[in-house]
Amino acid sequence: MLNKIYDWVDERLDITPIWRDIADHEVPEHVNPAHHFSAFVYCFGGLTFFITVIQILSGMFLTMYYVPDIENAWESVFYLQNEVAFGEIVRGMHHWGASLVIVMMFLHTLRVFFTGSYKKPRELNWMVGVLIFAVMLGLGFTGYLLPWDMKALFATKVGIEIAASVPFIGGMIKTLLAGDEHIIGAQTLTRFFAIHVFFLPAALFGLLAAHFIMIRRQGISGPL
Amino acid sequence: MHKGKGMKFVGDSRVTDPSSRPKKTPKDYSEYPGKTEAFWPDFLLKEWLVGAVFLVGYLVLTVAHPSPLERPADPADTGYIPVPDWYFLFLYQLLKYEFASGPFNVIGAIIMPGLAFGALLLVPFLDTSKERSPFKRPLPTGFMLLALASMIYLTWESVVNHDWEAAAEYGKIKEEVSVEFDETSEGYELYQASSCIGCHGNAFEGGLGKPLIGLDYTADEIVNIAHEGLGGMPGGTYTGTEEELHKLAEFITTLQPAE
Repeated sequence: MLNKIYDWVDERLDITPIWRDIADHEVPEHVNPAHHFSAFVYCFGGLTFFITVIQILSGMFLTMYYVPDIENAWESVFYLQNEVAFGEIVRGMHHWGASLVIVMMFLHTLRVFFTGSYKKPRELNWMVGVLIFAVMLGLGFTGYLLPWDMKALFATKVGIEIAASVPFIGGMIKTLLAGDEHIIGAQTLTRFFAIHVFFLPAALFGLLAAHFIMIRRQGISGPL
Repeated sequence: MHKGKGMKFVGDSRVTDPSSRPKKTPKDYSEYPGKTEAFWPDFLLKEWLVGAVFLVGYLVLTVAHPSPLERPADPADTGYIPVPDWYFLFLYQLLKYEFASGPFNVIGAIIMPGLAFGALLLVPFLDTSKERSPFKRPLPTGFMLLALASMIYLTWESVVNHDWEAAAEYGKIKEEVSVEFDETSEGYELYQASSCIGCHGNAFEGGLGKPLIGLDYTADEIVNIAHEGLGGMPGGTYTGTEEELHKLAEFITTLQPAE
């Protein structure tokens, strides 16, 4: 039955080459921990993506309860944490995943750096990777404010003050992020929410797609 | 059956002869001698197992340490010592040093992180040798190790210099305590006239100081605390007479939370 459906679609759209591009390739010995245990360092990139998927899924569920408004944000998180079935687990996974993804991404960056894998022809993929790193830090920074508790507000105040100290355009960056020249409040929370769930994920998806297409195109770097 | 091959599309602009197409499939890894393995399904199964083991650890962490939530943000509260999430601590710590703060803020906030990020982004164009082994590229390896060591040192310094327990105590979700009392009573008038009200709140609900509702002290002990201080509370700030202080202390012991 499934085969028939596949054949039906394939006959019309010729999807087999797409499928082969994604899955049909060989994995060389030097990146396979089954052959050399030290090759586990090649797992960090995949684990980063794994946590990213968990972040996307848990984040989608969190928005079913979260209210991006200064009156209700904290209350909604408190409710989610204490009343909603498995809310504590879903929020916990998003909370810890935010830290783990930074750790894994950092380890992945170090692996690529120390194996010299950014060298020709992979310069572009390295740069896309560094941009992904920046986007992830931005996601961490904007997500930190959303529970609207004491540490969230004051960490954001410090962060925005640092951004405001950029010469010439600091004030504009502050207004863009906070929604006001002076106040860190209702506007800031809605902006951070929008940046956290729409702008940065959109950027992240584009960059991740570029990252993966380039890997499949160029293959993984050879042994040292 | 020819899957998709030879299909005629209306207005077909595709190049139908496969041999004239540029080769789009990725390189075959058998160019690296050794035991290669098919990605699908062999290697993917192993990746999936690694992912499953990782997920177990992740869930254990999640269950063992519920994510924290402090009390609702209060922009008017200036006593809170801000601290960013742990992966920004090194930047936060950098800004505490004299050469990177105050008039030199731009160095710590923009120039140093900007240089580091720029160097990281452009590293393929800074390190253009063909050599890949970290031991044969002393400069890139050295700079990266130096950057790593500084980040670890700065994070460490930041962690040991922050009073985590005090911050957790300050940020704790407070139970809403309230008490019914007679605002015209002598005790409350003494309280209003004293400096106690500044920290302990108009309705004894606390503020900078602790709430004064349902205290487990006798009147004498309260008088003693007013003289000697307790914890972060300074002693000897009561300026009235000893007799009034006793009356006030008696009044405070009557403040029991409303059932």
